[in-house]
Amino acid sequence: MREPFEKVVARHGDTVLRVCRVLLGVHDAEDAWSDTFLAALRAYPDLPDTANTEAWLVTIAHRKAIDVLRARKRQPAPVEKVPEAPTALGVPGDQDTDLWQAVAALPDRQRQAVAYHYVAGLPYAEIALILGGTTDAARRAAADGIKNLRKNYQGAAMEGAPS
Amino acid sequence: MNVIPDYLTSPSDAGTLARLRGRLERAADAEGLLDVAYTTVDSPVGALLLAATPQGLVRVAYDIEDHDRVLDTLAQRLSPRVLRAPKRLDAAARELDEYFGGRRQAFDLPLDLSLSSGFRQLVQRHLPEIGYGQTRTYGQVATLVGNPKAVRAVGTACATNPLPVVVPCHRVLPASGGPGRYVGGPAAKVTLLTLEAA
Repeated sequence: MREPFEKVVARHGDTVLRVCRVLLGVHDAEDAWSDTFLAALRAYPDLPDTANTEAWLVTIAHRKAIDVLRARKRQPAPVEKVPEAPTALGVPGDQDTDLWQAVAALPDRQRQAVAYHYVAGLPYAEIALILGGTTDAARRAAADGIKNLRKNYQGAAMEGAPS
Repeated sequence: MNVIPDYLTSPSDAGTLARLRGRLERAADAEGLLDVAYTTVDSPVGALLLAATPQGLVRVAYDIEDHDRVLDTLAQRLSPRVLRAPKRLDAAARELDEYFGGRRQAFDLPLDLSLSSGFRQLVQRHLPEIGYGQTRTYGQVATLVGNPKAVRAVGTACATNPLPVVVPCHRVLPASGGPGRYVGGPAAKVTLLTLEAA
């Protein structure tokens, strides 16, 4: 039985937004989120009952984020820049700029693997289906991504903060 | 385990999500994907769930019907593309507010009767002919729809009315006296009849 789409948004909206932020940065994340849920709403009646809804949404977000990245690459504008006014969007302040730069500097595959495993909580087998390639390759990409983040992110939060 | 900065995995702020929800609601409507829009309103007979298809108001549900279950049923019977989207229900909410305030005696809303069929729908189509402040017995309604023997079936049609309050099944009473059964519970039926008798 298919539950009302409203419940899908309520349950997964937050996770998908966090995934989109890691994939694209704070600014473009909102467009990707909107594109993802509109596409999901369209396809929802045909989603198989056995499907993992979160993995399905992350797969759609993955494709939408690739669309955004491709559009960016066609534009001459610099892409390394972190969103100009994160606080205006109700997101973290300046102290996180370094973090977003470190995330943005990751190779696409590592950033994707980090987002899908550490933010969405998907198992590597599901991530391998989204990224293509083997489960081990997905696990390595996530591990390399974390290693690079640790190396490049200067924030003190990385060291010894309780979790 | 502090594998990645907590910030990446901390919840997004509610304001951003609410704004994105509004954007989804508008985009879904513009793209023709808002198959069932719903909202809830407060009333003297408790919280009411209002749901509409593009054709019109399709469901009014009392709290005791369990709004979550009602939404599940709408997803199954109409479409799973169900979103909280109050804008489509603005007119219905306003007319209900006027009704409960004693400023409205008849509803002027497009209705979608697709949740009922056959004889039940026939009865429900005729119920608005019972004017504000009036009542009929189940037997009288059976005669009204041209099937005087179908008293029980009229009772079932009233009990399964998907649009209570707006389609006034509360104006149908047992010949034996008392308020009789009601989808919102007997107390709600008495509240509506008292309001209309004032």
